[in-house]
Amino acid sequence: MTARFYLREGRRLLSPVLLVAGWQVASACGLISARILPSPVQLSRTLWGLIKDGSLLTNLLVSLERVSFGFSLALIVGVTLALLSGLSRWGEDIIDAPLQILRTLPALALAPLFILWFGIGEEPKILLVFLGALFPIYLNLHKGIRNIDPKLLEVARTLGLSRAQTIRDVILPGALPDLLLGVRYAFGIAWLMLVVAEQVNAESGIGHMMMDAEDFLRTDIILVGLIVYGLLGLISDRLVRTAERWLLVWQRQGGTRV
Amino acid sequence: MVAGVAKAGRYARMNHIISNGEEGLRPLVREAADVRITNLSRQFSGGPPVLDHLSLTIPAGEFVVLLGRSGSGKSTLLRTLAGLDPVECGEVLRPAAVSVVFQESRLLPWRRVWQNVVLGQKGPAAKQRALSVLAEVGLEHRVEAWPLTLSGGEAQRVALARALVRDPSFLMLDEPFAALDALTRIQMQALVLTLWRKHQCTTLLVTHDVDEALILADRVLVLENGRIKIDLPVPLSRPRRHADPVFEGLRCELLHALGVHDSE
Repeated sequence: MTARFYLREGRRLLSPVLLVAGWQVASACGLISARILPSPVQLSRTLWGLIKDGSLLTNLLVSLERVSFGFSLALIVGVTLALLSGLSRWGEDIIDAPLQILRTLPALALAPLFILWFGIGEEPKILLVFLGALFPIYLNLHKGIRNIDPKLLEVARTLGLSRAQTIRDVILPGALPDLLLGVRYAFGIAWLMLVVAEQVNAESGIGHMMMDAEDFLRTDIILVGLIVYGLLGLISDRLVRTAERWLLVWQRQGGTRV
Repeated sequence: MVAGVAKAGRYARMNHIISNGEEGLRPLVREAADVRITNLSRQFSGGPPVLDHLSLTIPAGEFVVLLGRSGSGKSTLLRTLAGLDPVECGEVLRPAAVSVVFQESRLLPWRRVWQNVVLGQKGPAAKQRALSVLAEVGLEHRVEAWPLTLSGGEAQRVALARALVRDPSFLMLDEPFAALDALTRIQMQALVLTLWRKHQCTTLLVTHDVDEALILADRVLVLENGRIKIDLPVPLSRPRRHADPVFEGLRCELLHALGVHDSE
C-alpha cells in the first residue's frame, strides 16, 4: 500500500525533474540565451543572493502583510454581509442586489481610481486585495446558506429548534463547505490583485522587486519573483485544504463506509 | 389535580400554534390523549381538494396506518398533523408532544449520531439519554459515527431514536421504510412494533404497502381524493402471519379499496 503510494508519487515527480534537467542542458549548450531564460543553476544562484542580502525577505514580508490585511478584511466583511443577507429577507433585499451589481465590475479596473483616491501608499493595494477576495467569499457563503436542504430545516421545525439553534446547528455547518470553497477562490484572486497592485506604483514587495528587475534587464530576478508568487499560491491553497480536511471531517469519512 | 393540569398542558389547538407561534399554545382540558381532526380541508390554488372535509379520531395509544395511492392526500394530512402545513379550514387537536420520522432519515451529516439524537436538547444528561435510546434501537456501537457512514437501515433507526428521545405521545412516520431493502424493512417493522408497545404512544404510519399496514396496524385507513374511503380494524393478535385467512381477506379488501384487482 505505502510502497505503491511512494512509487506513484515518484512517477508524478518524474516529468518536472526531466523538464528542469532538459532546460539546464539546453542552457549549458547555448540553445537558450541566458538573457531570455537563465538556466536553473543560475536562478538558484540569484535566489541565494536575494536571500543573503535580505531583499527577498523584506519584499516578501511586505507582500504578505498586504495580502493578510486585505484578505482578513475581506473575510470579516464578506462573512458578515453573507450572514446578514443569507439569514434575513431584509438583509437580502438591501445587501444582495448592490453586491451582485458590483461583482460584475472587474476589480482590477479600479486600480487607477484607487491610486487617485488613496495615493501610492498601502491603502490602494490592501483595498484591491480586499475587493478581489470579498466577492468569492460573499457569493459562496450566501449561496451555501440559501441552498441548505429544506428537508433539514423541516426537521429543525419538527424538533422544535429555536431560530438561534437552527442557525447554529443546521445552517452554519451546512454552509461551511461553500464558505471554504469561497476562501480558496478568494486566495487565488487575492494573489492576482497583489501582483497588479505591486506592479503599479509600488516601492516594495515582490511585484516591485520584479518591476525593478525589468529596468535592469534582470530576467533571473523576474523569474525568482514568479517562483515566489507560485509558491505563495500553492501554500495558501494547501492551508485551505488542510482546514477543509479538519473542519469537514464528516464529509471525508462519509466517502468510505466504515 | 396536578396530574390533570399537566395533562391539559400537553394539548394544543394547532391552528393557534401556526397563527400565533409558540405563545399561541392554548391548553384544552381533555380526558384522553386523542388525536382529533374535524372537517379538515386543504386545497392548493385552483386544483381539486387535497383534503376534503376529513374527520378522524385516533384514540390514545392506537397504531393507525394510513394507506393511499400517490396524491391521495396522505402526506398532506401527516404534514398538517406535524405542524409543517397550516390548518386553513377545519380543526386539528393533538397532543403537544409529537415526533416525526420521514422517508429519508434527515440526519445532520455534520453531527455525530448521538448528537443528532439529542439535537436541540440541553443538559448534561443529554448524551446519557442518547445512549440509552440508541441502545433501544440496537445502535449502541454506532454512537460516535458520522451519519454519512451509516447504512440506510441504521440511519432510519437513528431517526427513530431521535423521535423517541423526545418522549412523544404522538408519533408520526411518513413512509419510513420505503427506501429500505426488503429484509431490513421486516426488521424495522418488528422494531417499530416493539418500541410502540414499550412507549405506548399513539402512532400514525403512512405507507403504500398493504402487507406492512396489516402487519403493524390496529386499524387501517384508506385515503382517496382527500377523504377516508374505508376505515378497517385489524382484529388479529401480533405477530401476524400472511398465511392467516383473516389476514388474506383483509388484504383483498384493502387492495380492492385501493383499486387493485386480482384479475389485473
